[in-house]
Amino acid sequence: MLSPGLARGVVLGAVLGFLYIPIAVLVALSFNESGMATVWSGFSVKWYAALLANAEILSAAWNTLVAAVVSTVIATALGTALALGLETRVRKGRAIEALIFAPMIIPDIVLAIALLSFFSLLKVPMGLHTIILAHVVFNLAFVSAVVRARLKTFDWSVTEASSDLGAGGLTTFRRVTLPLILPAVVAGALLSFTLSVDEFIIAFFTAGAGRDSTTLPMQIFAMIRFGVTPEINALAALVMGVSVTAITLAQRLNRGVIAP
Amino acid sequence: MLQQSLRARLLMAPAILWLLGLMVLPCLMILGLGFFRRGIYGGIDYTFTLENFRLLVDPLYAGILLHSAKIAGLATLIAVIVGYAAAYAIAGAPRRWQGMLLFLAVLPFWSNYLIRTYAWIVLLNREGLVTQGLRFLGHEGEPPAMLYTEGAVVLGLVYNYLPFVILACYAPLSRLNPELAEASRDLGAGAFTTFWRVVLPQTLAGVAAGAVFVFVLSIGNFITPALLGGGKFQMVGNLVYAQFLTANDWPFGAALSMALIAIMTVLLILQARGTARGMGERDA
Repeated sequence: MLSPGLARGVVLGAVLGFLYIPIAVLVALSFNESGMATVWSGFSVKWYAALLANAEILSAAWNTLVAAVVSTVIATALGTALALGLETRVRKGRAIEALIFAPMIIPDIVLAIALLSFFSLLKVPMGLHTIILAHVVFNLAFVSAVVRARLKTFDWSVTEASSDLGAGGLTTFRRVTLPLILPAVVAGALLSFTLSVDEFIIAFFTAGAGRDSTTLPMQIFAMIRFGVTPEINALAALVMGVSVTAITLAQRLNRGVIAP
Repeated sequence: MLQQSLRARLLMAPAILWLLGLMVLPCLMILGLGFFRRGIYGGIDYTFTLENFRLLVDPLYAGILLHSAKIAGLATLIAVIVGYAAAYAIAGAPRRWQGMLLFLAVLPFWSNYLIRTYAWIVLLNREGLVTQGLRFLGHEGEPPAMLYTEGAVVLGLVYNYLPFVILACYAPLSRLNPELAEASRDLGAGAFTTFWRVVLPQTLAGVAAGAVFVFVLSIGNFITPALLGGGKFQMVGNLVYAQFLTANDWPFGAALSMALIAIMTVLLILQARGTARGMGERDA
C-alpha cells in the first residue's frame, strides 16, 4: 500500500508528464540537426534559420501579429468597459450573463460558419479585418471575465471619495479606478493576445479567399496536412514560447487569471 | 441613481452590441438558413423546407452524431477520472505548492491547440517515438497502428481538455472542509466509503462543469478528428466543415450546427439546474 503522500506524487508526476512530455519532445526535435524524429544527429538552430528565410511564414507571422494586436486593443477597451458597467449596474439580468458566457463555450466551428455565412450573405469582403472582427467576440468575453473578477474585490469607496472631492467621472476613472485595476486589464489583454495568436478555425473561415490574410495557425495546419517537416517543429516551439511567456506574465501580474 | 444606471448601460453598450451583431445575429442567421433548400449550383434556394432537419435523423447522419457523442463521451469519462485524481492530488499537496502545481497543470491549455495535437502525430506516427520505444523494449515486426485511429482521437481530446477538468475539480476540492472526512472516518467509514459518500457528493459541481465543457468542445471538435483521425471517420465538426467548404450544402451545414448548439444548451441548463439543486440540498 502506497502512503498517501507518495500516491499523490505518483499521480501528479504521471499527469504532468503526460501534459508536458509531448511538448518537450517537440521542442527538443526543433533543435535536431537531422530534422528527423528518429535520429539525433546533433544540436542545431538551422530549422529556426530556415523559418526566417521563409517568406510565407514571415508574412503569416505579420498577419497574426496585426490581427492579435488590433483585436486585443479593441477587446480590452470594450471588455473593461463591459466589466465596469456590469459591476456598477443597478438591475441585474441573467440574459446578459448568458450572452457574455456564450463566446467562451460555443464550439468554434459553429461561430466560424455562422460568421462565414453572415459575411458572405451580406457581401462583406473577407480578409484580415473580418478575422479581427471575429476575434474580438471571444477576446472581449475573456477580458471582461478577468476584469470583473478583480472588480469583485474592488473598494468602491475610493471612487466615491474621488467624486466627493470634485473629480469628474473620466478623471476618477483615469486617476483612481484604472490604476487600481490595471494589473487585471493587462492580464486580460495578454490572455486575449494569446487566444488570438493561437486561434485557427474562426480565422480559417473568415479569412476569405487568397493567401493575403493567412495567419500562422492556418500556415501550421497546412504544413501538418502537407506532411511533417522539421520546420514545423521550430515554428511550433516559437509559437508555444510566445503563449507560455504571455500567460506566465499574465498570471504573475494578476494572480488568479488562469489558476488561483 | 438614474445617472448611475445610465452610465452602466453606456459602458456595457459597445461590447453588448458587438456580441449581438457578430455572434447572436450570425447564429440566428444560420438557424434561419437551416430552413432553406440548397441551390442547384451550391447556393441557397430561398424556399422553405424541413428537409435539413429531417436529414439529421437520417440513419447516416444520426449515426455520425451518435458516433461523435460516443467518442466525446469516452473522452469526457477519461478526462474526468484522470482530472479528478490530479485535482485531488493537488488539493492534498502542501498549501504553498498548490498554486504552482495548478498553474503548471493549466498552462498547456493556453497554448496552441493545433501544436498540442501535432505533438501527438510526432509521437504516434509509424516511425514515431512511441514505435521507437516499443522496438527498444523488444517489440518486433510491424508496429501497432496508433495514429489515425479512434483511440488517437480520444487521446488527443483528453490531452487537450484535461487541464480544464483539473481546474474545475480543484475549486470545490480546495474548499472542502477536512473535518467532514475526519468525522466520517471516526464514525467507522473506510477510505472508499468516505470518498464516495462524503467527498465526491460535495465536489460534483466541479465534475459536472468539467464534464459538460469537455463533452461540448469534443463533440463539435474539428481539428482533432481531422489530424489524429486522419479523415478515416467523420465527426459532426468535420461534417459541418465539409458542408461549408467542400460539399457546398450550407443549409444542411447550418442545421447540423444548430444540432450542436441545441446539445450544448441542453447540457448547460441541466448542469445549472443540477448545481442549483445540489446547493439547495446542502442549505436545507
